[in-house]
Amino acid sequence: MNVWIAIGVTAVGCYLVKFLGLSAPAGVLERPLVKRLAALLPVALLAALTAQQTFGDGGHLMLDARAAGVAAAVVALLLRAPFLLIVAAAVAVTAGVRALGG
Amino acid sequence: MAEQTDRAVPAEIRPAQVRGPGSPATGAHDEPPPVPERPDAAVVRDALGVGIAVGLSGFAFGVTSAGAGLSVWQTCALSLLVFTGASQFALVGALAAGGNPFTAAAGAFFLGVRNAFYGLRLSAVLGYRGAVRPLAAHWIIDETAAVTLAQTGRRSARLGFTVTGLSLYFLWNLTTLGGALGARALGDTAAWGLDAAGPAVFVALLAPMLRSAVERCTAGLAVLLLLVTLPVLPAGVPVLLSALAAPAVLAVQGRWRRKPAPQERAGADHDTVEEDRT
Repeated sequence: MNVWIAIGVTAVGCYLVKFLGLSAPAGVLERPLVKRLAALLPVALLAALTAQQTFGDGGHLMLDARAAGVAAAVVALLLRAPFLLIVAAAVAVTAGVRALGG
Repeated sequence: MAEQTDRAVPAEIRPAQVRGPGSPATGAHDEPPPVPERPDAAVVRDALGVGIAVGLSGFAFGVTSAGAGLSVWQTCALSLLVFTGASQFALVGALAAGGNPFTAAAGAFFLGVRNAFYGLRLSAVLGYRGAVRPLAAHWIIDETAAVTLAQTGRRSARLGFTVTGLSLYFLWNLTTLGGALGARALGDTAAWGLDAAGPAVFVALLAPMLRSAVERCTAGLAVLLLLVTLPVLPAGVPVLLSALAAPAVLAVQGRWRRKPAPQERAGADHDTVEEDRT
């Protein structure tokens, strides 16, 4: 049930934000500070989410095979690999390290 | 070349004819000089390229969502109703970490706020009115905004938006279903390393945003805040708290910019230099 509540709230919130942008009169959100903050917010959230899903394990920090996988994703990214290959590299390396008992 | 000009002529005339009697307010005299639009085939090709490439990554979402413990229905509902990738990944990640539904949704929502700014820019470019607008709103995401804003005229902008939106929405949902069913068939997704798909997606989304020192400082501070608060705060809260890295870095940057200015001005003896700077 909790999951459905989260899905419902996210769906309504994300849709309203899109609709609001498309319908707002021009100039309403055009203040430079608002624009800069809106551009920087995803950077902070994505970085935090990456760290949480790489090192988080419930309420603890944990260094395990996922870190090796994410490191592989960074290498693939630096080699300009396409999006799906970056994800595949992370998955393959994580599975490999786990299979070796990491 | 001949083929191109043949096609371009009716394309430019048609919208003018339709607009004339439909909306008398926009007189032909007020219209800006027509910008040559790109041929339809080129717009469709670009739009399909983006739509197919990104649409296929719904597979990664389906796998991640099922691995996080969501049912196939819940996974598909997210792709159908939320339809903004980063928010979807964030939500299932937060739920898997044990966050309550509202903190999980808050993180996903804040990630979706950027779509409002795409909407603001697209609204003038697309010029949709009436019933089309609420439908078009659902397709406003990074990729449709990028394709649409690259076009030169309203006709090609609408074509680019529609083809990108349609192909991406269709494929993203189809591959979400495929990924969710596939993950179910695999059983323990962690054994296959699939729990690394989520953070890898975030890394891939984040990297192109790290253009300057401001973005890098924000990302670094956010990671630090998360690692410090994760062991002590309830699940879901550390991610939201880390978002404060954005206003914090902006505030510090604003102070830095303001502080050296008076020193420079006091130290500058040359009037011309001072005038140039102010």
